Amino acid sequence: MEIDPFIFRLSIFILSIFIGYYVVWSVTPSLHTPLMSVTNAISSVIIVGAIIAGLAGNSDTIFNTSSIFGFLAISLAAINIFGGFLVTQRMLAMYKKKKKDK
Amino acid sequence: MLSANLSAIFYLISGVLFILALRGLSSPETSRQGNLFGILGMAIAVTVTFLSIGNFSTGFVVILIFLLIGGLIGAFIAYKIPMTAMPELVAGFHSLVGLAAVFVAIAAFLNPEAFNLGSPGNIKLGSLIEMSIGAAVGAITFSGSIIAFLKLQGIMSGSPITFKGQHPLNALILISIIVITYLLCSTQSSNLFWILLAISFLIGFLLIIPIGGADMPVVISMLNSYSGWAAAGIGFTLENTALIITGALVGSSGAILSYIMCKGMNRSFFNVILGGFGAIEQSASAQNKEQKPVKSGNADDAAFLMKNASSVIIVPGYGMAVAQAQHALREMVDTLKKNDIKVSYAIHPVAGRMPGHMNVLLAEANVPYDEVFELEEINNDFANADVAFVIGANDVTNPVAKTDPQSPIYGMPVLDVEKCKSVLFVKRSLSPGYAGIDNDLFYKENTLMLFADAKKMTEDITKNL
Repeated sequence: MEIDPFIFRLSIFILSIFIGYYVVWSVTPSLHTPLMSVTNAISSVIIVGAIIAGLAGNSDTIFNTSSIFGFLAISLAAINIFGGFLVTQRMLAMYKKKKKDK
Repeated sequence: MLSANLSAIFYLISGVLFILALRGLSSPETSRQGNLFGILGMAIAVTVTFLSIGNFSTGFVVILIFLLIGGLIGAFIAYKIPMTAMPELVAGFHSLVGLAAVFVAIAAFLNPEAFNLGSPGNIKLGSLIEMSIGAAVGAITFSGSIIAFLKLQGIMSGSPITFKGQHPLNALILISIIVITYLLCSTQSSNLFWILLAISFLIGFLLIIPIGGADMPVVISMLNSYSGWAAAGIGFTLENTALIITGALVGSSGAILSYIMCKGMNRSFFNVILGGFGAIEQSASAQNKEQKPVKSGNADDAAFLMKNASSVIIVPGYGMAVAQAQHALREMVDTLKKNDIKVSYAIHPVAGRMPGHMNVLLAEANVPYDEVFELEEINNDFANADVAFVIGANDVTNPVAKTDPQSPIYGMPVLDVEKCKSVLFVKRSLSPGYAGIDNDLFYKENTLMLFADAKKMTEDITKNL
């Protein structure tokens, strides 16, 4: 009997939760704000779904409802991706050690 | 056109890069590199998606336009936003992830062929369940984050909004979400799908309104977690590894942050979620201690105390963010250091409105991060320090949490500020903090209250040093 591919995805999911658990506990508390902004940015990888929806139509059906929701989702996710990574970059650039900036 | 197997491998690579992005945050030195890994992972995921579909017709151009619009808005916000507004920004971003998840779920529901999920009215059962979960959680994230955003911005009052029958109502809605999901899966009716979305938006709204302003660190972390689970739900629908891995990472990250925040307040997660903290006690307990004598001083007194100290510990809180006093504070500390006074910063886990809020503000003001310490690292040092300078913090310094089992904050870990030889407390008035309880510290023999705006007081002290 074959195993449903869903089970494999579920396995990836569960193992990733554990990876997340250990990785996040090792994040230093002083970087918890950048952690939130970067998790924000990476969770916008949901843009891949939006792209699939947006590209689904041919030239006649390009602006059907499904694609329009895709396009809107692309913009929303793009705000998050660019905004999230750039603001994280901006914050992290401010964390300096003692002597350096004097 | 990329084969399905090859693109799956690339998605896996970007998932791994996202793990490395979070791993980098274990120290400030590696964090910048970690962020680059994250960007690389995102670039790979987006490129692979385009290549695997391989349809570069009109749709491609339209997508680039929308991508560009979003990207420009995002970049603009990222460069303009002041660091004090970071909690609002993050709440706002969460709402966007939630809404994007909802939109992708709608697109997939309306056009399942594009996603290989069957045909409209005949979507694969598993996919439909995953889609519904992703959409519902996304909708909750969206409306919840909007409320959090409005509360943080001050557009909506930060005080908890409670009404009779709130909890039964919420429970009822949550149950009906499950029932509707079940019916949706058995009938494939699109009306049910819209109803599901509508009540999910509603419950997100209802869940956050009873939670008060100072509990925002928990709320933001919780919504962070939700946005991850929403992404994971969509990831299952799209059978996309990158999305599943990311969703799980973000979901557990938010959950851990919520846990840390709850522990910092010694409250259970459910206690925070059910909301209404402080609403009852506020009026009752504030009255009876007013007659106690309080020593108050001016900038000159404070400067004198600090000049004669050999070590000073600074305790910043949300008030510092409100007054934008971080730069003035750093200037004061620079002057102190010139006089060979040892200065360090003590940060309580729930200081501010989001995890790590104070650290970012101090970093912005060019405070080196190795002078900034967490509660456990520094709490023993208060006994040996000469002056504690409390600026904008209140409840997190209240000794009542250690002494009075009757107090609502009893058992909350607090900074042992009262062990210092003298305490300088910058505050606008004697009003109680968020928890609605009086701070014993105000009336201690060795406490000098400095009644003023945090920024102005700090500047005045610097002048007097």
